[in-house]
Amino acid sequence: MIRVVVGLAVLILGSTGGEIAITHGMKSVGEPARLRPHAVIQFLGRAVCNGWFWAGVPLMALSFYALLLLLSWEPISLVIPASALGYVVGTFGAKFILREDVSTSRWAGVILVCLGVALVAVG
Amino acid sequence: MPSERRLRIKTLVMVLAMVVCANVGDLLLKHGMAQIGAVELTAHGLSQAFWQTVTSATIWLAIFFLVGFMVSYMTVLSWADYSYVMPAGAFGYAVLTLLAVIFLHESVSPRRWVGVVLICVGVLLVGQTKPRTTEVASEVPA
Repeated sequence: MIRVVVGLAVLILGSTGGEIAITHGMKSVGEPARLRPHAVIQFLGRAVCNGWFWAGVPLMALSFYALLLLLSWEPISLVIPASALGYVVGTFGAKFILREDVSTSRWAGVILVCLGVALVAVG
Repeated sequence: MPSERRLRIKTLVMVLAMVVCANVGDLLLKHGMAQIGAVELTAHGLSQAFWQTVTSATIWLAIFFLVGFMVSYMTVLSWADYSYVMPAGAFGYAVLTLLAVIFLHESVSPRRWVGVVLICVGVLLVGQTKPRTTEVASEVPA
């Protein structure tokens, strides 16, 4: 029981933390001037030189390994619905760490998506 | 075109690219690995599987789409909110269910349909909020 809870915490916090670090990195790199291949390649070049990007990648890798471990312990119909909580945790991260303005309708949408993903995964 | 409308359209296009690339990539990866068959967990089995995967056109096509997902994900996050992109990306679960029904003729339980409807309503709710609520560094066009 404890190992499943710890595994889920690593899965959710790892993926959310990694994505928040990458989002912060991409925001500080700045958007490509145009959505043309040349400008996007230049943007990617700047992105991979950003420290936040490289902080995010190992966190996401850690989260992936936690997912593999959890899937070897518990059925997928428990692991994926539980991991859907990541949508709510991620939105808290976006609000308090990235300082995004999360409106009521965005919160309502996130909660519906979280419930919907859990139901689809249970099947 | 007003900048607000332009921002919304380019964000939705990139989220759509993300969803398509991630789902096509996953399906191709599954198809490619099914062609290779179950991998034996021995030194010989693993080395054989390694050569089969690096010489499989399907696996390379899958990797191409998954790289496409990562590029579109990183690009859209350079201007749009994380709390906008993350739930909008869940639209893929709904698309996968519809593809499974249309092309694979799978039967889908009522509970799963309820899940698909909740995801679609949730994505619509998130989709009508402002894609960007924070200041963002902008590259000056050369």
